Amino acid sequence: MKTFLMGNEAIGLGALHAGVQVAAGYPGTPSTEVLETIAKNKPGDVYVEWSVNEKAAMEVAAAAAYTGARTMVTMKQVGLNVASDPLMSLAYVGVKGGMIVLVADDPGPISSQTEQDTRHFAQFAKLPVFDPSSPEEAYEMVEDAFAVSEKYHTPVILRSTTRVCHGCAGIQLKERQAPKKPEGFIKDANRWVIFPRLSFANHKMIEDRLPQMGNDLGLLLYNQLWGRGRKGIITGGISYEYVMEALDGFENVRVLKVGTPHPFPEELALTFLDGLTEVMAVEELDPVLEKELLTVCGKHHRNVSIKGKISGHVQRAGENTVESVKQVLKDFLKEEGFGREPEAADTKEGPACPPLPIRPPVLCAGCPHRGAFYAVKRAMEQMEGVEGVYCGDIGCYTLGNAKPLDMVDTCLCMGAGITMAQGLQRVEPDKKYFAFVGDSTFFASAITGIVNAVYNEAELTVCILDNSTTAMTGHQPHPGTGKTMMGHVVEKVDITKVLEGIGVRHIETVNPLDLSASIDVVSRMAELPGVKAVIFKSPCAAIVKPEGLCVIDQERCVQCRECIREIGCPALVMDGDAVRIAPSLCTGCGLCTQVCSVGAIERKAGR
Amino acid sequence: MEENKNVLLCGVGGQGTILASRLIALAAMEKGMEARGAETIGMSQRGGSVVSHVRTGRNIHSPLIPHGKADVIIGFEPAEAVRCLPYLKKGGCMVVCPSAIKPVTAALSDSGYDGSQAMEYLKAVVQKLSVVDGQAICGACGSPKVLNVALLGAAVASGLTGVSLEEMEAAIRKRVPEKFKEMNLKALRLGAEAQKQGSM
Repeated sequence: MKTFLMGNEAIGLGALHAGVQVAAGYPGTPSTEVLETIAKNKPGDVYVEWSVNEKAAMEVAAAAAYTGARTMVTMKQVGLNVASDPLMSLAYVGVKGGMIVLVADDPGPISSQTEQDTRHFAQFAKLPVFDPSSPEEAYEMVEDAFAVSEKYHTPVILRSTTRVCHGCAGIQLKERQAPKKPEGFIKDANRWVIFPRLSFANHKMIEDRLPQMGNDLGLLLYNQLWGRGRKGIITGGISYEYVMEALDGFENVRVLKVGTPHPFPEELALTFLDGLTEVMAVEELDPVLEKELLTVCGKHHRNVSIKGKISGHVQRAGENTVESVKQVLKDFLKEEGFGREPEAADTKEGPACPPLPIRPPVLCAGCPHRGAFYAVKRAMEQMEGVEGVYCGDIGCYTLGNAKPLDMVDTCLCMGAGITMAQGLQRVEPDKKYFAFVGDSTFFASAITGIVNAVYNEAELTVCILDNSTTAMTGHQPHPGTGKTMMGHVVEKVDITKVLEGIGVRHIETVNPLDLSASIDVVSRMAELPGVKAVIFKSPCAAIVKPEGLCVIDQERCVQCRECIREIGCPALVMDGDAVRIAPSLCTGCGLCTQVCSVGAIERKAGR
Repeated sequence: MEENKNVLLCGVGGQGTILASRLIALAAMEKGMEARGAETIGMSQRGGSVVSHVRTGRNIHSPLIPHGKADVIIGFEPAEAVRCLPYLKKGGCMVVCPSAIKPVTAALSDSGYDGSQAMEYLKAVVQKLSVVDGQAICGACGSPKVLNVALLGAAVASGLTGVSLEEMEAAIRKRVPEKFKEMNLKALRLGAEAQKQGSM
């Protein structure tokens, strides 16, 4: 019987079944469930960790593979930017045990800062990359990727995308191969210590082997060629499934599915091009297959017209869909007789569609970040004549940008808020700068930025939103939580002590749900010189059981809606002209009771 | 051989579309059909629109249902149901819970969204529409968490999901934890009954 699994679960189980021994990663949508699946299903001989960031995870997994063990490191696409330093060098040094770098790209983007294409990273680092089109293919690829990694002593990238990561399918699972006892780390300075001489030799070796490797990988079943006619489609990843769905059995076209886009399977591509006049490249993110094919045509003087993103036939940004692919193929294969009209939705003739509410993501009801942002906002309103600038960061608290809080002025990448505040301050020193950073992001990449601020005499208030978890990606532990992915309880890394240690003189901790205390702390800290830190400490509302409920006394409520306008909690809803609190959403955090100017909201203990 | 079936579930983050979609896939797989699907995970879970796709049958490629191909749409919320209408197939059926969920932005800007216009629109344009008072069923079962299974019952009763009521019951028995089992089976039955009464 097949098991219905999400792509990320399939990859995690694939790694376990192929004998992975060490797995590390940093959470990030759409990659997170891979490592969670390994942790949840691991036998006793497998080590798994959430590392502090992707760079740390890459190095842990790389060194573990130096011993001969099979290892995996997981991250989202922007995480690979953080881990690119070790990866670029590791590509030269190589590994001994199989090592898979699992990177999840996010066409759309749906939950990311960029639409970058990890296949480029594979080309850039000269590493093989597997590109699954479905959860079941991803499951199968894991084993082969390990084998390729061990054959060539190179890390291998397994590049998945959101619709494969979060797509589900029935998968025939295999028995787990118990990991072989690794040979161990054998000291060899000529192999493991990167020096210019070694880099030169290995660079040459890698360049020499790439063409052959491309053709070898081309023989794997993930690369397929079939069909007939004068026109061809080259595709891969989830776009292959869209092409197949769109073609719906139409056969008068040649299709090349590429499952290993780098090194490019050139011989297979030449076979594909034989007798073709035109090719459409259907892929997401960047025109990687399209450019490879253009190169092959140029190199071998093939007179075939290659179309796709570069030629303007396929959208350059955003994800593909069956509909978008069908539209492209309708034009491309018109002469071949492709393209019936799609079935229209079953709608009677009727009125125009009513306006639909937009639902931007918002901070949850009871989220302590709301209190932190609101306290800073109020404190700055009280400081007349001074403009506050609010540098945000990556996490749930990026949602502090939403109205009515409107408290995120910049957001760039993990940890950037702290250093960006410093850059702004160098040009406009008369404003008050605040940098908001979550507890997990603090450990991931904010500490160096704070050291930079202290050392370079910046004026800045760092607001650490400590909710005791990595909330946005589904509540993973981090160094401040005192729990590890192995289930061990360890000493917490204390944020206050870290700040003291790096020279932050003024540090105060306050409960963000206590509004007057928070405003008071922020007001005092904002006036102090140098680098200051306020730790807003209160657990994520999604991980603690609500202990109270807020209720509006309708007799006292004057329907001014101040509560909604000021804090915008999703539990505060309009019921006709009345403001009510939805008991199913309210956690009893009590922030609204401190905002109401007529004292109409009461917090009741207990549920 | 079973026909291919596409069921789309749409609502607002936290309403339980994922469990409902998994139950359909499991029930279909139990009888030897292939299943595929896709979920919305990530930022949009925080009060945003969420959609789950389930596809069962043979030779299914895309995890996402193409427009105009959904046999059944299960709308957990009126506006979300309207938003997903382009997916509905000719002759397809829609099950919708009429209780509106107002976004925070609606409370702020006073757009006055209460779901009534969306419901009027659905009634005007969808031929096979079942309005199922999910809140009432939740009340009868004693938990707001069974909305998903109640709507699932209504969808199964439409006869267009490719899964029978008995097969869905078996999937619930297999998948739902013991202490919530009876409550969910009751919600499924009440949902199925409501479909028969609520169909237009």
